[in-house]
Amino acid sequence: MNENRKYPFPEIDPDICKGCKLCIAACPKDVLVISEKLNSKGFHYSEYVGEGCIGCGNCYYTCPEPSAVTVYLKNYVPEEVS
Amino acid sequence: MAQKTVLRKPKGFIDVYKHKPGAEKDRTHYCPGCGHGILHKLIAEALEDYDIVEKTIVISPVGCSVFAYYYFDTGNIQVAHGRAPAVATAVSRANPDSVVISYQGDGDLAAIGGNNILQAANRGENVVVFFVNNAIYGMTGGQMAPTTLLGQKTTTTPYGRNPQTDGYPLQMCEIINQLTAPVFVTRTSLHDMPNIRKTRAAVRKGIKNAMDKKGFSFVEVLSMCPSGWKMDAVPAQEWIKENMLPRFPLGTLRDISEEAPAIERPVPVMDADEVKKILGYGAFSDSNLEKNPDAAFNKVALRVAGFGGQGIMSTGIALANVGMEYGYNVSWLPSYGPEMRGGTANCSVKIQGDTIGASECTEPNMIIAMNQPSLEKFEKILIPDGVIIYNSTLIDIEPTRRDVKVYNVPITGIADELGDTRFQSMVNVGAFAAVTGMFDPGEIQGLMSSLFAGKPESVIKLNEKAVQRGYNYVKDNFS
Ligand code: SF4
Ligand code: SF4
Ligand code: SF4
Repeated sequence: MNENRKYPFPEIDPDICKGCKLCIAACPKDVLVISEKLNSKGFHYSEYVGEGCIGCGNCYYTCPEPSAVTVYLKNYVPEEVS
Repeated sequence: MAQKTVLRKPKGFIDVYKHKPGAEKDRTHYCPGCGHGILHKLIAEALEDYDIVEKTIVISPVGCSVFAYYYFDTGNIQVAHGRAPAVATAVSRANPDSVVISYQGDGDLAAIGGNNILQAANRGENVVVFFVNNAIYGMTGGQMAPTTLLGQKTTTTPYGRNPQTDGYPLQMCEIINQLTAPVFVTRTSLHDMPNIRKTRAAVRKGIKNAMDKKGFSFVEVLSMCPSGWKMDAVPAQEWIKENMLPRFPLGTLRDISEEAPAIERPVPVMDADEVKKILGYGAFSDSNLEKNPDAAFNKVALRVAGFGGQGIMSTGIALANVGMEYGYNVSWLPSYGPEMRGGTANCSVKIQGDTIGASECTEPNMIIAMNQPSLEKFEKILIPDGVIIYNSTLIDIEPTRRDVKVYNVPITGIADELGDTRFQSMVNVGAFAAVTGMFDPGEIQGLMSSLFAGKPESVIKLNEKAVQRGYNYVKDNFS
């Protein structure tokens, strides 16, 4: 993970994502987009544009695939999880 | 609960789905945009947050969520179609401190399992039911479900559901809400973020109720089935809003979780002596009868068969009880025809030293046939060198088997001479004792007062006589 990234931000596993676009519809800041690229399963996956996330968690709660989305919140301290 | 700093795959899920066959152990089997995954995540999150993953048991149904046990890191049981509430009942009764979740879809819960859910709800079982309503059978390819909307096209309603032929969409929350026992009945939806968050709250409340032993919680969740509806996930959310909400209004129909007292159920009595006493066999426990080491039989698999009303069942029960007094392992398994009186009836009785596995005698070594159809039917399954005792008062043919030992005893006639054909069962017991050598007629007679506890002395005496007559008949005619 890039040390300099600004919290909060979402992390989407491009290989697990099934491209259903529910997260894109649920994001209040429109900072998720569908990738032009295909993943190994043949899905266009969801991607974070890189800034503008407010950490609302919508993408996390609407994503049906348990390990596709992780959202690091504003108060996240990397050392906490090892 | 500390404030979250990261939202990641909840600990209620198994880390790597090791029970899932195939290579893809890092993802679910659900279609893209399927509501099941969202609800699974809300449940798994609550299990982690409440720290109850270890004490939770998820009952998974038949339907797309049949494999819920691939995912939840809890105890899991996958059950027959529609039976999740019945199994949840047993699990919750046997483990009152566990959190029991019954997870079901609309075909499973509202069609084949319709009665199961009503009875569990009506008993106020301490379980939380998550009911995924997507108005279609997803797993089997998009057939009409009980909750399919009017006009909705499915593979079995290609012109749309027509109430003239297909009835109306079942509103399960409203039906459950007619019952007295449930504490929490609510309907939520996954069609947008505010409603996913309301669903999250409902999931947590239902699980909390189960933790606090508040009784029966029913959470219906309107959910997308993009594959069955043949549309993408985001339009499927729109479809819920447009089409499902009018028929399935959202909201909490009942919530008495706060005031409801915690359920306290009496602990079942498992003590064998206590059970015997309750069943009226109190006097038996100190009979201490000795097995006969020289008996011709020490292992009996018996079928008793005849018309209902010929003492078939009572013969079986009496033999099993007497066998028990001699310290044998015994079983008795009744099998009734469609009518209780006048129809056919038979029972299986096992009496043996070893532990009994199956209690049905599919290969009996003895039959007692009280009428002709029974003789014809059961002599066929008797093993070679087996024994047939048949009621020669009513049966005027001979058994066809030549490789077995045959005792024709006028069972009905002997009982009738004693004044009542109801003594037939004890004539059978006497005859059985003589054929097998397993029981002593005098000792059996000593058990009559407890076998017939509460009956007049005269009836007990006549039953004692019946035992002796049956015994003597065999001894006098076949030794
Ligand atoms: S957390 Fe909220 S704002 Fe950030 S990407 Fe997800 S939905 Fe968008
Ligand atoms: S909701 Fe999940 S699976 Fe669907 S597109 Fe977004 S990340 Fe991918
Ligand atoms: S068929 Fe429907 S309910 Fe079943 S997994 Fe696919 S989307 Fe989900």
